Amino acid sequence: MIQWLKDLLQPALNAPAPATPTVRALPGETLAKQLALVIDLNVCVGCHACVTSCKQWNTSGAAGPLADENAYGANPTGTFFNRVQTYESGSFPATETIHFPKSCLHCEDPPCVPVCPTGASYKRKEDGIVLVDYDKCIGCKYCAWACPYGARELDEERQVMTKCTLCVDRIYDDLLPPEDRKPACVKACPTGARLFGDVKDPDSEVSRAIRERGGYALMPEWETQPANQYLPRRITPPSGH
Amino acid sequence: MHPAFSILFFTTLAGAAQGLVVLLALCVLLGVPLQPGFLPMALVVAGLLLIAGLGASFLHLGRKERAWRAVLMWRTSWMSREVIVLPAFIGLVALWWFSVQLGEAPRWLPLLLVPAALALWYCTAMIYACLRFIEEWAHPLTVVNFILIGLSSGLVLGCALAALAGDADLARVASPWALAATLVAWFTRHLTLRRNAGLRHRSTLQSATGIRAERLVQKSMGMSAGAFNTREFFHGASQLALKNIRLAFIGLCFMLPALLLVWAMASQTTLPLLLAALVQAPGLIAERWFFFAQARHPQSLYYQVVS
Repeated sequence: MIQWLKDLLQPALNAPAPATPTVRALPGETLAKQLALVIDLNVCVGCHACVTSCKQWNTSGAAGPLADENAYGANPTGTFFNRVQTYESGSFPATETIHFPKSCLHCEDPPCVPVCPTGASYKRKEDGIVLVDYDKCIGCKYCAWACPYGARELDEERQVMTKCTLCVDRIYDDLLPPEDRKPACVKACPTGARLFGDVKDPDSEVSRAIRERGGYALMPEWETQPANQYLPRRITPPSGH
Repeated sequence: MHPAFSILFFTTLAGAAQGLVVLLALCVLLGVPLQPGFLPMALVVAGLLLIAGLGASFLHLGRKERAWRAVLMWRTSWMSREVIVLPAFIGLVALWWFSVQLGEAPRWLPLLLVPAALALWYCTAMIYACLRFIEEWAHPLTVVNFILIGLSSGLVLGCALAALAGDADLARVASPWALAATLVAWFTRHLTLRRNAGLRHRSTLQSATGIRAERLVQKSMGMSAGAFNTREFFHGASQLALKNIRLAFIGLCFMLPALLLVWAMASQTTLPLLLAALVQAPGLIAERWFFFAQARHPQSLYYQVVS
């Protein structure tokens, strides 16, 4: 009913129309392609290279600048799309240290999208990336409340919601050499703990890794169907046996 | 969750205004005689409260100049629906006031305002109740409480306005209604408190990380200072403060207003009605603060230890 009004307003509001307009996925729609990260907890060493390269790329690119407040003070705070956390499992002496990178999981049923009152939050039909249109966001923070993973951060300077874009401004850039058309975090990882690809393609590297290594989703109890999955740690048998 | 004062003021001010409008509409529909001049005066009060609430909700936005966009996603977003219903409700209240000024107001206006007030309460409450993983909110009692607490505060306010205007008849009629609404609201809010006290959250650190170990502790959240994730989802108050605010809102929002209403009904005086409204106002803010503070967001599982 209001679509005609939106269509009428659209050209005036978003002056530079994109060359290939992005089509929004409908709620509950099954997509043919879903780009995602698969994170190998077995080899992540917790170096935070993915965190800094993500920040560098995204603060300089189409998503940026990502605000840093009080950067040289006692309590610096800033906007990040990706964090590496550390957990300890088991009881001493049989403890394990697990480094755990965390960013937007690009859920197949993203709870953050339908709650957005302006339509700034959306899921792309062509590749399943969940994005925020920074020109439409009113900074009400409701989508951040609606994400069980805490994947969204309000940029305190621009007062709009920001999140991982899977480096959408990089992975399709024809000016980059093909091997560089990957998210910045994937390129930066020194141990190859981050795999990137289409989880709907059964022959892709990510699909094979999920299948063969027992990939799992975070908080399956909320049925958000996260596209990003994690590969569990596995015990490496001592060599020579 | 972090209770934002913009939302606390918006939901309590608008809730009281809606309750007041429901009281006025019921009086007109049921033929309760009102003093000349009382109806337009009370409608102005309701309108001012609603506009103040709307202003407070504006202050919550990071980009206020784009607020108009919030009406667009009414098909999926309860916030969008609220943004549409709130101005419509204000418009209806203004229309009623205007037609009362002109003379005899049509009966359909008060008849329409009762379901409109209910619709606005429903939209406001569903913003919180529809978030399935915030388990303290994801329950029909959230809607029931928003309606009943709004009704209670509006009826208490209506009694106080009647007392101020010297409308003893209205005060006599409305006091038992206010008492009933306050007692029922107390009961349903108590049910929510009891439910939340026994709540076992579905998400655990194990389900959040997928690490299947009985003993699993966070050693670092990945940053030394705070982030949006550590500010937005925690109230920052001590357990003792939380407990005291809980006691304060039960006393100020329900217990004392109920006692004062009983006193007013028994003594046929109006001073306790004024006191009831004055006492309940901070209680309403405390109740809403606690509503937000008590909600535990599953994302906070990821942000427990700095390093």
